Amino acid sequence: MPDDAHSLVAPYALDALDEEESHAFEQHLAVCERCREDLAGLREAAASLAYGADGPAPPAALKERILEQARAERPNIVPLQRRRRWAAPLGAAAAIAAAVALGFGVWSATRPGTNDAFTSVLAKQGAKLVPMGDRGAVAVAPDGSAAIALTVPPAPSGKTYEAWVIEGGTPKPAGVFDGNTGMTVVDIERSVPPGAVVAVTVEAAGGVDQPTQKPMAATGTI
Amino acid sequence: MTDEALLSLVAGADEQALAELYDRFGRVAYGLALRILRDEALAQDAVQEAFLAIWRSADRFLAERAKASTWILTLVHRRTVDLVRREDLRRGEPLEAAPEPAAPERVEDEAALGYERRLVQEALRQLPPEQREALELGYYGGLTQTELAERLGQPLGTIKSRMFTGLSRLRDLLAQAGLEQSLH
Repeated sequence: MPDDAHSLVAPYALDALDEEESHAFEQHLAVCERCREDLAGLREAAASLAYGADGPAPPAALKERILEQARAERPNIVPLQRRRRWAAPLGAAAAIAAAVALGFGVWSATRPGTNDAFTSVLAKQGAKLVPMGDRGAVAVAPDGSAAIALTVPPAPSGKTYEAWVIEGGTPKPAGVFDGNTGMTVVDIERSVPPGAVVAVTVEAAGGVDQPTQKPMAATGTI
Repeated sequence: MTDEALLSLVAGADEQALAELYDRFGRVAYGLALRILRDEALAQDAVQEAFLAIWRSADRFLAERAKASTWILTLVHRRTVDLVRREDLRRGEPLEAAPEPAAPERVEDEAALGYERRLVQEALRQLPPEQREALELGYYGGLTQTELAERLGQPLGTIKSRMFTGLSRLRDLLAQAGLEQSLH
């Protein structure tokens, strides 16, 4: 498969892969610098092909419909509070969680310069935000990378929070973390494919191999 | 203002910037969508979806190292291909498209578009026919590499190779043409 993967870069640039092949290639892209570089150049050439398609101008009404819809969906950019006690990234995650908690359908990423795991995942093309109960959200990118932004207090003494990626009913450990006063950002330590669920339980300090509790927070199917 | 600067204004929810972005890219987006979908109503839908996607995710462009036009047109193409594959099942149904007045063109945009179009068409002409065919069927036809292989009766590896060589050669030809232009 490794050799095969490189050969997909041109079809991918032309959008000539089916969904499965596309997804597989995106996983490969995440770990292949050469393909990322090739893709950048080929994509530019492919985008030029758009100019090769000759056609009439669109009707004037189309522009109006687009602007009207954009106006109606005006993205909500929650202003960042750069608090000195926390690293700037937490401000970004808080802004995102606030947007999710307030039920905004459209979320807007944070300013460049923030570099926590959550913002990095959301910066990827095609990434999406999945609510996790009412305490936070999970960011998932097409390459399977994911991160949680969650508001939870510090875990009780002797305990820890543990993240799980549940595929086909089987939970797999994905990292332990402690809570905070404010927002916690957690890098999910394994790939999150479509159809999986991300959940968090409280476990004995150090983490366990299989959850012993019902989740205290979980997403729907990714 | 550069396309990149404009896109960054769009990322800041600037509607005026979105309108300007549409003025720059709306026509080429529509032409592409129409070529791929062969249906005015669907093409308009595709363009609308694409520009709304741009409106919602322009801030993610800041994180990538690509030209704004590449990012925009890649998004338009992706959405359009998704649509043509979904709609393929319903190809037979006629769709109502009431004739609407075409938007007046800005002179500078029309000239720029014509120039780009000639550049690309000229470059495509210089490709060996089987590479040009692979690019055209893939890009404008919305076919997958597997469908292309079947249609042309060629092994999948051959199709991949033609796409790679064709697209690489196109990249080089366009770079060359761009360089020549800037020297005049």
